[in-house]
Amino acid sequence: MNASPPSATTAPATARRAARTAVLRAEARLYLREPGSLFWVLAFPPLLLAILGCIPMFREVSDDLDGLRPIDIYVPVTVLIGLIVVGAQAMPPVITGYRERGILRRMSTTPVRPAALLSAQMVLNGVAGLVSALLSVTLGRVVFDVALPRQFPAYLLVLLLALAASLSLGALISAWARTARNASAIGTVVFFPMLFCTGLWLPVRTMPDVMARVVEATPFGAAARALDQAAVGDWPAWSHLGVTAAWTAVLTAAAVRWFRWE
Amino acid sequence: MTLASGSAAVHGAVVEVSEMRKSYGGRDVVDGISFAVEEGEIFGILGPNGAGKTTTVECVEGLRVPDGGRVRVAGLDPVADHDEVTRVLGAQLQESELQAKLTVREALELYSALYPHPLDWRPLAERLGLTGRLTTRFGRLSGGQKQRLFIALALIGNPRVVVLDELTTGLDPRARRDTWELIEDVRAGGVTVLLVTHFMEEAQRLCDRIALIDNGRVTALDTPRGLIARLARSTVISFTPSVPLDDEELSALPALASVERREGRITLGGTDETVNAVISLLARRRITAHQLRVSDATLDDAFLDLTGTP
Repeated sequence: MNASPPSATTAPATARRAARTAVLRAEARLYLREPGSLFWVLAFPPLLLAILGCIPMFREVSDDLDGLRPIDIYVPVTVLIGLIVVGAQAMPPVITGYRERGILRRMSTTPVRPAALLSAQMVLNGVAGLVSALLSVTLGRVVFDVALPRQFPAYLLVLLLALAASLSLGALISAWARTARNASAIGTVVFFPMLFCTGLWLPVRTMPDVMARVVEATPFGAAARALDQAAVGDWPAWSHLGVTAAWTAVLTAAAVRWFRWE
Repeated sequence: MTLASGSAAVHGAVVEVSEMRKSYGGRDVVDGISFAVEEGEIFGILGPNGAGKTTTVECVEGLRVPDGGRVRVAGLDPVADHDEVTRVLGAQLQESELQAKLTVREALELYSALYPHPLDWRPLAERLGLTGRLTTRFGRLSGGQKQRLFIALALIGNPRVVVLDELTTGLDPRARRDTWELIEDVRAGGVTVLLVTHFMEEAQRLCDRIALIDNGRVTALDTPRGLIARLARSTVISFTPSVPLDDEELSALPALASVERREGRITLGGTDETVNAVISLLARRRITAHQLRVSDATLDDAFLDLTGTP
């Protein structure tokens, strides 16, 4: 009927990419306008590390930790906390709020699908999580003389896996919560058990046997062990990587299954 | 091509809805609605709360999938051809917001970037009186300013049709009048307007044609004048006679639809014919009519009559 000009297939694709970039740029500006959220993502984990590092006992070699100092094993813990904050705390209230207040619907009436808003949020929170991790590692190295991860590619791999697990958890919370307030509440409820699993209160490697086994079956417990191993130069156990990856797959599938645009 | 004669009546239609149905939980919210909006007209959808107005336009916008019937926007299916429809149709939704910390300028820039051939947002912002508010965040705008921003966003993609849902709800009378002028401007610029409202004054002032919707069906589709003319009492005459008039004299008046007496004042409902007869009756009997008022029935009256709401 109406024959398309030859360029018709490429032009919309380019236009769509430009539109998605515009959405990402606007969301990035908005992200920087949330001081509360920025504090929890970027400042809280390094601050926690700094406070722990001020305790003299944390800077002394401990026999329980195979000749490491507590501060050495708390770097991976704070790295993970930053990743958990972006997924469980920062992202769900934003996405749920966008749905609750009709922002996703409004975007559905434009040539850009509301999925552009979700992917922008994932990208921004992902980047923020990685920056937070970088800050914790740098602080550990510069101030507390913590060795940089010896098995760097593995460390990065675990970091990305844990980030994926955290964002998929965030997506599932966004799918379940009806309101932004609701999302914050669910986020907080899951936040503390996750913190426990990273070994914040008791390093995973010093946990009693049964407890350690349970914790290592959780996405961030397994990631904590894997980061530990990569930090000291070993290739992390496939079982730990597998646990985090499996959780990511399950959480993502559940989020896709239950997510509603309105 | 041979079928063209059958659809000739809606040849210039930009929006076509025929026999559309949508139900939620077994309740038919839209129960076989049909109408066609011609290019360049302001078409109103009027009806009581819960009549199915918003659901109808949401199907036109492609936000909802109708259970049955056919919807076309510029010949496209809003569900199957959603992407193309979003390029020709601009929407202002009921109860939607923007990100609270997004400024007016950022919102205008963002939404222009979403369309292939957007309008320049600066003159648009100026026409909508938003120029002084460009650095204000959405969350700090007044209700009227938010509405004007949403109108700007509905127009920014340079659409052929705009759908405006409950546009002036929450605006003060002044802002409402300004908005009406704006919509007339928009139409003068060649854009077709589909307007959902429950304000009679708004519909009467703006719309070329109105579809009156009640209980998910179109109960009347006509010009505002045409709807009023359907009333048995399209004209209302009221006066206080110097000498009492008895019922017998009044009931002899032609085309009389209603008689009401209150503290010596008589109010009659009828047509122009009734008016002429009343005047000659008064002249014949040499009765002085104090405070004689003749007024046309309003769309309000037509609405109440046609929707059967008391």
